[in-house]
Amino acid sequence: MMLDFSVVPPYAGVLLNGLLWTLLITALATTIATVCGILFALILLYAPLVLRWPVRFICFLIMGTPLLLQLFLVYYGLSQVGVNLPAFWTGVAALGLHYAVYNAQIMRTAILGVDPGQTEASRALGFGRLATLRHFILPQALLVATPQLGNNTLILLKDTALLSVIGITELVLSSQLSISRTFRPFEFYLTIAALYYVINLGMEWVLRRLARRLEAIK
Amino acid sequence: MDFELILRITPFMAEAAWMTVQLFAVTLILGLIVASVLTWAGFSRSALLRGFARVYISIMRGTPLLVQLFVLYFGGPQLGLSLDAFTAGCICFGLNIGAYISVGMRGAILAVSPGQTEAARALGFGRAQTMRFFILPQAAPLILRSVGVNAVILLKSTALVSAIGVVELTAAGQRFANATYQPFEALGVAAVFYLALTYLVTGGVALLERRFGVEEGKPS
Amino acid sequence: MTTQTQPMVLLKGIRKHFGSHEVLKGIDLTVERGKIVSIIGPSGSGKSTLLRSINMLEPPNAGEIWLNGELVNQPLTGRAYETHINAVRQKMGKVFQQFNLFPHLTALQNLTIGPIKLKGVSPAEAKVQAMELLAKVGLADKADAYPARLSGGQKQRVAIARALAMRPQVMLFDEATSALDPELVDEVNLVMKQLAAEQMTMLIVTHEMNFAAEVSDWVLFMEDGLVVEQGPPEQVLKNPVMARTQSFLRKHLAS
Ligand SMILES: Nc1ncnc2c1ncn2[C@@H]1O[C@H](COP(=O)(O)OP(=O)(O)O)[C@@H](O)[C@H]1O
Ligand SMILES: [Mg+2]
Repeated sequence: MMLDFSVVPPYAGVLLNGLLWTLLITALATTIATVCGILFALILLYAPLVLRWPVRFICFLIMGTPLLLQLFLVYYGLSQVGVNLPAFWTGVAALGLHYAVYNAQIMRTAILGVDPGQTEASRALGFGRLATLRHFILPQALLVATPQLGNNTLILLKDTALLSVIGITELVLSSQLSISRTFRPFEFYLTIAALYYVINLGMEWVLRRLARRLEAIK
Repeated sequence: MDFELILRITPFMAEAAWMTVQLFAVTLILGLIVASVLTWAGFSRSALLRGFARVYISIMRGTPLLVQLFVLYFGGPQLGLSLDAFTAGCICFGLNIGAYISVGMRGAILAVSPGQTEAARALGFGRAQTMRFFILPQAAPLILRSVGVNAVILLKSTALVSAIGVVELTAAGQRFANATYQPFEALGVAAVFYLALTYLVTGGVALLERRFGVEEGKPS
Repeated sequence: MTTQTQPMVLLKGIRKHFGSHEVLKGIDLTVERGKIVSIIGPSGSGKSTLLRSINMLEPPNAGEIWLNGELVNQPLTGRAYETHINAVRQKMGKVFQQFNLFPHLTALQNLTIGPIKLKGVSPAEAKVQAMELLAKVGLADKADAYPARLSGGQKQRVAIARALAMRPQVMLFDEATSALDPELVDEVNLVMKQLAAEQMTMLIVTHEMNFAAEVSDWVLFMEDGLVVEQGPPEQVLKNPVMARTQSFLRKHLAS
């Protein structure tokens, strides 16, 4: 059977729709991953043990098992306990939480890496503990961590593909719908691979520029 | 929690875990070979080989593993390449993780001070000899570390073959979840197996690191 | 009540220990308003710890710290303690050996963040005042530069201006020029002399005997957590009485 990419264009609309969902999922999950990542890092560093242990346990669970299993667990498991969220939000939340754990490790290291002289200077000016964290420690930790957090976003973009298995019509599932009509898996999968690749390159470029600008401040 | 169910499915899950381990082991070996070739190509004098390594790595790291798997397994037959699911999984993951490992290898080699190469070349050692006797031994601890990190990632990535019908841990967990309507128990057992395997892999890497690694006063 | 006769800084029997290691063994010191006191002594003698005690970065284990008639180390706990020391610290400017500028903020923002966030000064007004201070330390043209773009001497001048932006009643300098290349020391010393001329009360830990002799009204020689000798600079630096002061100065003037 010869390859024939002319089967793809009629499904451009379907694929474009999937692409938009992929981008939306990436944006939402990255937001969750960043916010929760910072929160987790702060809990791991400063919170009382009753909070620290549960977060540590969540990190242990998430880092030790596959994302796909976590998606199934949340997707099937939530309905077992009577919580019925739309698959979309379940998927986005699970993906975001998964990367929050990895971002938390990055943020933790970054916060610990901030020069103690900064705290000293801030406290000497009369800033309290919380204000010191908010105005000086966190911004500087973020400055250092941003390239790595961005890198996790690149990985997250590719992992949005897994959401196809719980029925979210992102790029992969959109292509599968097209394949079920055309029986042309190779053409469609290669096409979406190219799409992922191009987005990935674009995001990489943005991140590199961002990193260079941040480097100038450091 | 239904302990009776957990006890009943555990033997089946153990079998599925064995499948995961096989996938992991075969893929890791394949990945190490691919990584070595890519790293060698990346340092080659031929611009063509260097370019190939760069493009290959960029594509492997720039597209989702799941899509790569689907291209090979579902798209392969269109090109006359029909593989069974297990083989497709091994080949695809090996080609993929090889790219990631080679990035770590390259970084480790580049981290060795250029003065080392200069010193070795000044003594009269050739390019390949310099790499083999001076650079690689010094890069080894860092290479080991990156292989370890990627091995853990690979272990978890093997779950993706469930999407092409290989019954490993995740697929088995999902099937029991559907069959019993008790996803927490079924997937929970799978999770425990994964946690144990992750523990073994990280422990194994730590052991190797202690044996050959940074702590022995070798520069890293 | 504050009166003109009240000392700006008054220390009574300050003691500090880390574990069993006693670093300050009872320090008494009076700094009158507008006076400049220099503290010299070998490394490890407790000079930094003393300065850190005064603004409670290192709360002393015993003794009293008074700032302009207000007891600094009050026996408070919890929120009340935090509120109190944050308020007291705003009245004391501190300059560090390592500058400790905030790298994510421009020179100007380094100066304005304190007044804006801590004293409720409006951003516009804080900026006007900060620009005046930057001009005073000769760095008006660097207002929008990030610290990474400044030389060591420029960083320290911004750091001094940052402390001044809080309108402190006293300035504490901990080896402000020790981390600088020799050719950059003078520009920072010049700013400090300017402050001296304006009658700023200052406590200066320094290794530069000539500078100390030039600006100080009073000099303390510390060793092993004790004040070994103190007096006007002509006496302590030129004609010390104690043998330990003499040997310290011999080593320091020789090098
Ligand atoms: N946070 C601390 N913990 C333990 N020991 C300390 C601490 N800070 C200072 N010291 C000790 O106190 C002594 C005095 O230190 P310091 O005040 O920095 O001396 P100086 O500034 O005169 O060189 C030193 O022996 C130092 O090791
Ligand atoms: Mg000191």
